[in-house]
Amino acid sequence: MLPQLVRRVGLMIFTVWGAVSLTFVILRLAPGDQATVQLGPDATAADVSALREELGLNRPMLVQYLDYLGSAITGDFGESYRFRESAMTVVLDRFPATVLLTVTASALALTIGLLLGVLAGRSPGRLVDRVISGITLVMQAIPSFWSGIMLILLMALTLRLLPSAGSGDLRHLVLPAITLAIPFTAIVARITRSSVAEVTTEPYILTARSKGLSERAVLTRHAVRNSVIPVVTIVSLHIGTLMGGAVIVEQVFAWEGVGSLLVGAVGNRDYAIVQAATVLLAIVVVTMNLLADVLNSRLDPRIRAGATTS
Amino acid sequence: MTTTMGLVQSPAPPMAVRTGRTRVRRVLGAIPIMIFGLYVVVGLLGPLFIDYSPVGGDLDDRLLSPGSVLSDGSTAVFGTDALGRDLFGQVIYGARTSLIIGTLVVLISGLVGILVGTAAGYRRGTTDLAASRVIDVLLAFPGILLAIVIAGVFDRSFAIVVVALSVTNWIGFARLSRSMAMTLRERDWVKSATVMGVRRRRIIARHILPFIAGPTLALATTEFAGAILAEASLSFLGLGLPSASVSWGQTIASGKEYLASAWWISAIPGIALALLVICVGFTGDRLTRYFSRKQ
Repeated sequence: MLPQLVRRVGLMIFTVWGAVSLTFVILRLAPGDQATVQLGPDATAADVSALREELGLNRPMLVQYLDYLGSAITGDFGESYRFRESAMTVVLDRFPATVLLTVTASALALTIGLLLGVLAGRSPGRLVDRVISGITLVMQAIPSFWSGIMLILLMALTLRLLPSAGSGDLRHLVLPAITLAIPFTAIVARITRSSVAEVTTEPYILTARSKGLSERAVLTRHAVRNSVIPVVTIVSLHIGTLMGGAVIVEQVFAWEGVGSLLVGAVGNRDYAIVQAATVLLAIVVVTMNLLADVLNSRLDPRIRAGATTS
Repeated sequence: MTTTMGLVQSPAPPMAVRTGRTRVRRVLGAIPIMIFGLYVVVGLLGPLFIDYSPVGGDLDDRLLSPGSVLSDGSTAVFGTDALGRDLFGQVIYGARTSLIIGTLVVLISGLVGILVGTAAGYRRGTTDLAASRVIDVLLAFPGILLAIVIAGVFDRSFAIVVVALSVTNWIGFARLSRSMAMTLRERDWVKSATVMGVRRRRIIARHILPFIAGPTLALATTEFAGAILAEASLSFLGLGLPSASVSWGQTIASGKEYLASAWWISAIPGIALALLVICVGFTGDRLTRYFSRKQ
């Protein structure tokens, strides 16, 4: 287990380095550097070159890259020109809101998705299965920015039950969390469905039935338990999708998280924030994937055994 | 038994009992494909018949509900937006934008993905390692994030949207063709060809790519739907496409301000978008089932 974990962590560090570097490259390729952006179109050439000198943009690209990499390791992505504060501090300030939103949405999606998936998967081809499959297909196809707006229209403007935007108390959380959970619920349900449907054809399910176990016991003790493993794997691959969805949902509901901060920073070309936010989100995705892997090897005795013998 | 795509269950059902139901299912199953075809026709030909200008619009006609008569005597089936522009025209022109961008993204990323994936799966070793690491790095950017950054910092243009969406879209194709190439290279006919001294490029072209084509087509439909959704998300955020172009995402975003008074501005393009994605999704599901059964 341990050597494998070391290898995984090494790969993870490589991936984060790649993400940090790619962000650097994209922002350097973009037209207009930070000095011209910051001073606006009315600035004199002298002012721009002075700021360029101050920001170190006149140095050779390689030196700039190494310097950037060096400070990135310590979490320093420079100062945001709009917030007049360390970019990482601004991003970390907004981070808890994003975590709250994504965790709530995942909890919702996992509960409902697993339920729908088991219901559909235990009787493949039946009416329940068809209906659930249809519903999940629709849930996956609806763009979240649109379902968010429609929820605002229904719940906030027509029924006046919930606030339409902003962050604050828990009532503000309801609509964004539901919106973000919709496509994710569909993903969980579809994976669970096929996993349960596959497991129920296994011989040990037949054995369990022939032992005279109740259908409920067969389902909960034998079928669902064994179908959870692929669900964990694939769901972990979709953590990125969830975080990406959060970026858009936050923008729709003016939820003050990293996502809406990032979209604003991209619009204003506040590169320090863009870098800090993308790197933070990349680290979250990579870490969650690793955690899911570890969790998976805990859940599946076969992987656990395989890892110790290798 | 007939061998129509995706309709035949693997153990042949008794003919006499099933024909009626099979026919019903066949007709039902064809509906999404027909709707998708309708979108293509409307998206390609609609703009030739309907006059719509993103800068036009009469301010007297602003925020009219669906079915209202405009000041020039015509009827706005889907209503008008805050600048008095006809929403029906926006939906039609938006369909064209979505379809063109979706097609370009899938073509580019499919080509790149198959190239990289087949090379990685067939040659293995360093090529495979390099491709896998690049994919790892790209997947670290959650979802649409990389596209947001790319489309956001470069100057707005049609091309940059296609590039931004293709940057991550090729990964699915690469993964599929990589895993298929890996198993195919161990098959007897590939081995015989290798022993006979057939050049590698020819082996890939003649003995590997034809087998990858089917599942790739199935994946392409799914990715096409994904690209359309992603383009709409970008233009919803106000990134990417030049402001003079017409896109569903832009229209939905512009309607958000007027939700309380003119719900149709956001609602209708969203329905158009969702319906298209659902139909493409259905088609993709059926293709996937068809090709996985064939294997």
